[in-house]
Amino acid sequence: MTVTGTGIGASVKRKEDNRFITGKGRYTDDINLKAQSYAYFVRSPHAHATIKSINTKKAAGMPGVLGVFTSKDVAEDKIGGLICGWTIHSKDGSPMKAGPHPILAVGKVRYVGDHVAVVIAETKAQAKAAAAEVDVKYAALPHVVDAGKAMKSKAQVHDVANDNRVYNWSIGDEGNTAAAFKNAAHVTKLDIRNNRLVPNAMEPRAAIGSYDTGDDHYTLHTTSQNPHVARLVISAFHGLCPEHKLRVIAPDVGGGFGSKIFIYAEEVVCLWASKRVGGRPVKWTAERTESFLADAHGRDHVTSAELATDASGKITGLRVHTYASMGAYLSTFSSAVPTYLYATLLSGQYNIPNIYAEVDAVYTNTAPVDAYRGAGRPEATYVVERLVETAARELKMDPAEFRRRNFITQFPHQTPVIMCYDAGDYGAALDKALAMSNYSSFKDRKAASAKKGMLRGIGISAYIEACGIAPSAAVGSLGAGVGLWESAEIRVNPVGSVEILTGAHSHGQGHETTFAQQVSGRLGIDINNISVVHGDTDKVQFGMGTYGSRSGAVGQHAIAKALDKIEAKAKKVAAAVMEASADDVEFKDGTFTVKGTDKKMAFGEVALAAYVAHKFNGADIEPGLKESAFHDPANFVFPAGVHVCEVEIDPDTGVTTIANYTCVDDFGNLINPMIVEGQVHGGIVQGIGQALHEGCVYDEASGQLLTGSYMDYQMPRAANVPSFNLGFTCTPCPTNPLGMKGCGEAGAIGSPPAVINAITDALGVKEISMPATPQVVWAAAQSLKKAAE
Amino acid sequence: MTAISMTVNGKAVCGDVEGRTLLVEFIRDHLGLTGTHVGCDTSQCGACVVHIDGKAVKSCTALASACEGASVTTIEGLSGKGGGLHPMQKAFHEEHGLQCGFCTPGMIMSAIDIVNRNGKKLDEETVRHELEGNICRCTGYHNIVKAVQSGASNM
Repeated sequence: MTVTGTGIGASVKRKEDNRFITGKGRYTDDINLKAQSYAYFVRSPHAHATIKSINTKKAAGMPGVLGVFTSKDVAEDKIGGLICGWTIHSKDGSPMKAGPHPILAVGKVRYVGDHVAVVIAETKAQAKAAAAEVDVKYAALPHVVDAGKAMKSKAQVHDVANDNRVYNWSIGDEGNTAAAFKNAAHVTKLDIRNNRLVPNAMEPRAAIGSYDTGDDHYTLHTTSQNPHVARLVISAFHGLCPEHKLRVIAPDVGGGFGSKIFIYAEEVVCLWASKRVGGRPVKWTAERTESFLADAHGRDHVTSAELATDASGKITGLRVHTYASMGAYLSTFSSAVPTYLYATLLSGQYNIPNIYAEVDAVYTNTAPVDAYRGAGRPEATYVVERLVETAARELKMDPAEFRRRNFITQFPHQTPVIMCYDAGDYGAALDKALAMSNYSSFKDRKAASAKKGMLRGIGISAYIEACGIAPSAAVGSLGAGVGLWESAEIRVNPVGSVEILTGAHSHGQGHETTFAQQVSGRLGIDINNISVVHGDTDKVQFGMGTYGSRSGAVGQHAIAKALDKIEAKAKKVAAAVMEASADDVEFKDGTFTVKGTDKKMAFGEVALAAYVAHKFNGADIEPGLKESAFHDPANFVFPAGVHVCEVEIDPDTGVTTIANYTCVDDFGNLINPMIVEGQVHGGIVQGIGQALHEGCVYDEASGQLLTGSYMDYQMPRAANVPSFNLGFTCTPCPTNPLGMKGCGEAGAIGSPPAVINAITDALGVKEISMPATPQVVWAAAQSLKKAAE
Repeated sequence: MTAISMTVNGKAVCGDVEGRTLLVEFIRDHLGLTGTHVGCDTSQCGACVVHIDGKAVKSCTALASACEGASVTTIEGLSGKGGGLHPMQKAFHEEHGLQCGFCTPGMIMSAIDIVNRNGKKLDEETVRHELEGNICRCTGYHNIVKAVQSGASNM
């Protein structure tokens, strides 16, 4: 592969930046269509209630109102409900219990923020004013918001699940694991709550549904990470129209982090309502409080976990039970998160011969929970890395040494929980991270802190994750409703410039740059002569979108395949023009040459020759230069690395300051190191947010969301976090030709246990709950002080 | 409705607005300048920061009618006369200080204000403290801090 100054491996500055730094980005809310109207949703103020009646009369007569719609209208038009696309089977073989998820509530509301009715009006202010006049009579029902209490609650969220249990799923060998614990020299136990988070992409969700009465055709502009999946689901399950009658456009999208993967009620309602109001486009933009109320949340696990070790400090078993909140409804991919994206990673980087995990997924009267950056893997890493750290401390071993003793060192490595790790060098990453973080001299820094009356701690997290999801046959056998390949098309224009059409979607990842780098390097052409087309189902034939750190590992391999075809075709054209055999044509640095001669043609000349088609017979070579490919990967990819966090705590205020943060990742080969580092920075801060700041709180007594704005939910800000020391190791991924692993989620996966391990080390306590806010840390510091007195 | 007039990005503009119309709504909906974003509605995130008479203000917290006669600069008005980028815009590009781009206009407008108030030599602690009114979910702030320092030195 040719590496040019703008090819693979170069830190090329981003091509997409200019429009964003000049205010010319085009996000959904920036788009206004002719004759556009506005939607405002009437949402449930109750956690759980029966809807006694809905009176829309007053609202319908308010100024500017074009329509007020409820589930009755939805039923008239036979519009289907939202679906969960991944069927999980319980231990006993029964399928998960999926309750109905209507786009406007039918008979009952199940969480605060549940969508009950919609008002369409000339202006947003008019729609909002009229929504306040929709008179809904509720009869409150018992509710439950805590995943750990759902199965014993009086509240019954769905008729199909009388104990609120969606499924009781297990993985691993229960008997062998029990035996390992029976024979263990030492058992370490932890009760862990993985705090509920709200993804909080800075751009709130938005949608414009538009129905063309002339063509009987719908267009949806939406804040989506995967517009083709949105089109497929809306067509197949909501019954609005077949796919060819629906165009979905996801223009610039202001961050996703998983929350914009899913198909939501609001976008379906906007599409449907547009037809109801005579084809006028219907726009909805979430207020931030609506994002808190009604975006899919993340995490929310209640776990008991134990680790068995033998007398030599080797891990012999891991046993886990988790209650996973699904919220009030099963969101699009929710069921897969606490199962195949979670428990399959419980082996961590370690050689653990026996693992057994059982997961009870439960309904609660809260917003739906689904994939959020890392999706299951941060929860698994938190379990494993908290246990490993705690076990090392209990065994009076250095936590780094304890990890090293248990690392997997032979590859491929089949874990007892499905995954087969393909390549890695975990010791190398640990060595590098310990050196970069000056781990060996930590004691001196701790002593210096102590002199100032401060507590200092250091914590390690050695994470592994499976991403680049994934082989379609594999996910299909595990219950996925879709395949997870990716597509690409390379269009070479007659002048030699190139358009890359991809089914991936960029919402901050920098695909317009990294994908262009791949083509620039491969075809030897100027990166400014390459553009990337994505996010429009009318332009790109199909694609699975961007999530699960898959756009490099899967999407760029589809591009690589299409480029192979382009090169093969271009060689035929060049051979015809240069009157040589295609086998004698070589391609390097953007130039085609004929072996043993001085004949040569530039890539652009061959492109033009392919289109003018003067020099070959159309029966032998088709004119034009455009190729497409679908790529289905052979395995997940397995990024892994080591985080080392060092904190200083003021015991009088409980404030935790991150003094040093080091992270060493093995992502295989990097396309653009600058962009990769940016992904890691952002991921680490989301993980620090989970560890120190962010916690979504529902009041147990009322079921109300107490953290409904940035006044109550603490997003990490610049002053809360440090700059980071990043390093890389590289074991190329053997299952893809570019040797890449994913990098989008790793930061958020590795960081929470590193931070909490550092805090528990500083305080000398076994456990502390996330988020470890100053109040939590202060209380722990004070009770230790009292105990010492 | 109230008739208002002000200068936006050097051009005189006017419009009829309701008393409750926010400056950000006037900028986005009436003037079509959509580079100024709304991220939170509670004056927390800073995606809507513009300059009013040279000072950074969250435009979701100002009433349009209260800006009568003011001189407002938005992200679209930062380019020099020749259309070139402002040093702070350039720095965000050079230092990879943006990913999804949604918070970026507000970040850049705040950053310029930080330099105006604190000078061109900014240490990391000052920049981090001064950015308390702007939230970014993508970058982890690492490269934003570098961008503000680098942009400051070139202003």
